Amino acid sequence: MSITMPVPDIATLQKREAIIAAMRAIVPGDGVIDEIDALRPYESDGLTAYRQPPMLVVLPDTVEQVSAVLRWCHSEGVKVVPRGSGTSLSGGALPLADAVLLGMGKFKKVIEIDYDERIAIVQPGVTNLAITQAVEGRGFYYAPDPSSQIACSIGGNVAENSGGVHCLKYGLTTNNVLGVELVLMDGEIVRLGGRHLDPAGLDLLGVVVGSEGLLGVVTEVTVRILPKPQTARAILLGFPDAERAGACVAQVIAEGIIPAGMEMMDKPAIHAAEAFVKVGYPLDVGALLIVELDGPAAECDHLIEEIDRIAAENGALTRRVSNNEQERLAFWAGRKAAFPAVGRLAPDYYCMDGTIPRRRLPDVLRRMEELSTHYGLGVANVFHAGDGNLHPLILYDANQPGQLDKAEEFGNDILRLCVEVGGVLTGEHGVGVEKRDLMPEMFSETDLNQQQRLKCAFDPLLLLNPGKVFPRLHRCAELGRVHVHGGQLRFPDIPRF
Amino acid sequence: MSDIKPQSAQDVCDALADAKRDGVRVEIRGGGSKALIGAPRDVRVISLAAITGVVDYDPAELVLTVRAGTPLAEIEALVASERQMLAFEPFDHGPIFGEASGKATIGGVIAAGVAGSGRVTAGSARDHLLGFTAVSGRAETFVAGGKVVKNVTGFDLSKLFAGSWGRLGAITELTVKVLPRPRVSATLAIEGLDCRASCSAMASALGSHAEVSAAARHPDGTTLFRVTGFEPSVEARCAMLPQLLGGHGAMERIDPTVADALWRDAGTGVSLHGEVLWCLHVPPGRTPEIIEKIEPLGARWSLDWGGGRIWAAVDSDAAPVRAIAQAAGGQAMLIRAPSEMRSTLSAHHPRPSGVAALEARVRRAFDPDSLFETERFLGEETTDAD
Repeated sequence: MSITMPVPDIATLQKREAIIAAMRAIVPGDGVIDEIDALRPYESDGLTAYRQPPMLVVLPDTVEQVSAVLRWCHSEGVKVVPRGSGTSLSGGALPLADAVLLGMGKFKKVIEIDYDERIAIVQPGVTNLAITQAVEGRGFYYAPDPSSQIACSIGGNVAENSGGVHCLKYGLTTNNVLGVELVLMDGEIVRLGGRHLDPAGLDLLGVVVGSEGLLGVVTEVTVRILPKPQTARAILLGFPDAERAGACVAQVIAEGIIPAGMEMMDKPAIHAAEAFVKVGYPLDVGALLIVELDGPAAECDHLIEEIDRIAAENGALTRRVSNNEQERLAFWAGRKAAFPAVGRLAPDYYCMDGTIPRRRLPDVLRRMEELSTHYGLGVANVFHAGDGNLHPLILYDANQPGQLDKAEEFGNDILRLCVEVGGVLTGEHGVGVEKRDLMPEMFSETDLNQQQRLKCAFDPLLLLNPGKVFPRLHRCAELGRVHVHGGQLRFPDIPRF
Repeated sequence: MSDIKPQSAQDVCDALADAKRDGVRVEIRGGGSKALIGAPRDVRVISLAAITGVVDYDPAELVLTVRAGTPLAEIEALVASERQMLAFEPFDHGPIFGEASGKATIGGVIAAGVAGSGRVTAGSARDHLLGFTAVSGRAETFVAGGKVVKNVTGFDLSKLFAGSWGRLGAITELTVKVLPRPRVSATLAIEGLDCRASCSAMASALGSHAEVSAAARHPDGTTLFRVTGFEPSVEARCAMLPQLLGGHGAMERIDPTVADALWRDAGTGVSLHGEVLWCLHVPPGRTPEIIEKIEPLGARWSLDWGGGRIWAAVDSDAAPVRAIAQAAGGQAMLIRAPSEMRSTLSAHHPRPSGVAALEARVRRAFDPDSLFETERFLGEETTDAD
């Protein structure tokens, strides 16, 4: 494991008992966990390669408790790591040895649903899927659908700006959230946004969404809900290679179609999925595309025909249209099982998450094959083809000495490649711990310092979720002093403009 | 004071370094179409009008990178030539102030968070800005975001800069998401609904399978519904609406050439005459009670975003409008007013003290010397509390 976390503060560790007592005074009953065995379940999130039991776990159930916990930790200089359901794939909720892990799992209430205004106000521990379940009786749903939606919490979705397979058409979390109640590290409670569009002043809500728990702790979320599409149909397309599948995707978009979902799988992923769930994927193709349309039946029927035509024009070897719900779900079954299916090919796999300009896909896949040979590790690819978000799954065996390091290095090379071709380090999983040290691949020190100054405006003591996102955390006072030469006068004596 | 007109991004950086050295506050301006918003002021203006041109446009990738001073009209023509659009439907404020349109720039509409009727379903400027290059108040050039449609790398500064009114930095180059222009755009109308009935009809439509992309109420009382997409879908959805809203009265399909003007009037407040023009963003469920309270003040009004945005023109005594919006959980921005009124009433709706203080700290994070604090937006803390 190549990433190092901040060195634990000895003074904090030495006053652990006093911290526990203070937390118990704020959160009574079973809300403070300090026994070593009971801390184990919290030692990692969805990025299981990294583990660290927290100093203690605090599980408040009111905003006043959250505020008091943060205020106390702020005044005592104790670090805090917020956690939703712990499904982050980038280590966003990885504990620190000298930090309080603040679990928001007890905030489980749906507070209000207003169908005329098409909003739901919920507590942050409500799962993504539970929002949809709360409103589906009236024909509504919450659109962002990360694959962990059965478990992941809306508070975690806000922190990570979670996406899902439908976000090309319906947006990420940030496009579907209207407001939050947020507790700052010093205990202050603020409300950003509300139940209407575009509030006055700076869009602080916009920057809190996706801030990976570094700016504040969300205690209430107002989301937009949408009428559930009347119908959904899918088409399964097999192509000889990724080039032709990519050309098909480009033409679909060029003809003005934004499908609800457009997923690509490469040959290793197709074979792994078919071996696992046996849904009848064609095995003689180099790339598989699943395109889903949703909306009124007239629209789905029309667009399925259009996409079928475009696929034929781009040399599709297989074209199968879903004629009923069962068939549609069968098309998806393999894609949805792709991760566990690939997981059967090797003892461990490592899921990456970069975004590239779609036109570079064939090139990136070729280079990835070279890297695969270089590292001696297999790789399978699933791809949100509509928005260029790539999920390479690197196969390795953690019990073989050095293989985890090799897998991480392979992954880092893939992400460097994404940046090199004009893309980004992460499309939806977040930077967290995992991609923290790669940030300089995408941003200069000036860029990162500017982002960190924003952190300082929310949390000047840098106590909230340290060790995530930024490769190095500068002290805020130091950043304020940094003298910059970028804007110096080139020719101070010459009148300009 | 005279305007400074940098010719390149490096010039912008130098101009800000000059201002920093001279201790002069500056206003970043695009085409100046919104210059009459905010308090009257005499400041050094840095105009980005010469920082123009398309850097990269690949329609299939759905992204467009341009320099900030590029005229909005030019960009709209460019993307239209590829059958695409800016889905947040930005508009030019010039006509609101009795000026010709054509001055608005892409940087200006992004920095002011300007969005049209499609905002209710397609999102605002904030939702379509993917990344940018800017010069901060430290006279430092930095980049944020990316040039792909899906990205969560680092803090989402694009959201923060959209609608920041040039008070965090001067955006010199930006990347926006573009989307396909719908093949067909149909407008259906119901005449004569009062505010409450109109809001109820719009809520039903927006919450239905008819998937209307916009809903507004024209100042003349016509409630408008827009249905966009491919022809078979548009026809099917247009057929659904009269069944769904039949109780509200007869529904008529409007000729597309007429419809454009109706949407412009309803969505931009341009046809509402009066010295004072407000733009209210409110929870749409509260709109009928707001209208009941502002009508006695003599307000002429239109609704957009399914009732979530109210344009209201009044002749005088403007202050109660803001209080009414606030009481209903919304906010009111002062768009057009005589200069005396603008000298005392802030354009931006005031925020609660905790949020205002946080905003001020965020502004100082980008602009430690308060270079961009020109007193254009009254009543906001403009210097470092330390």
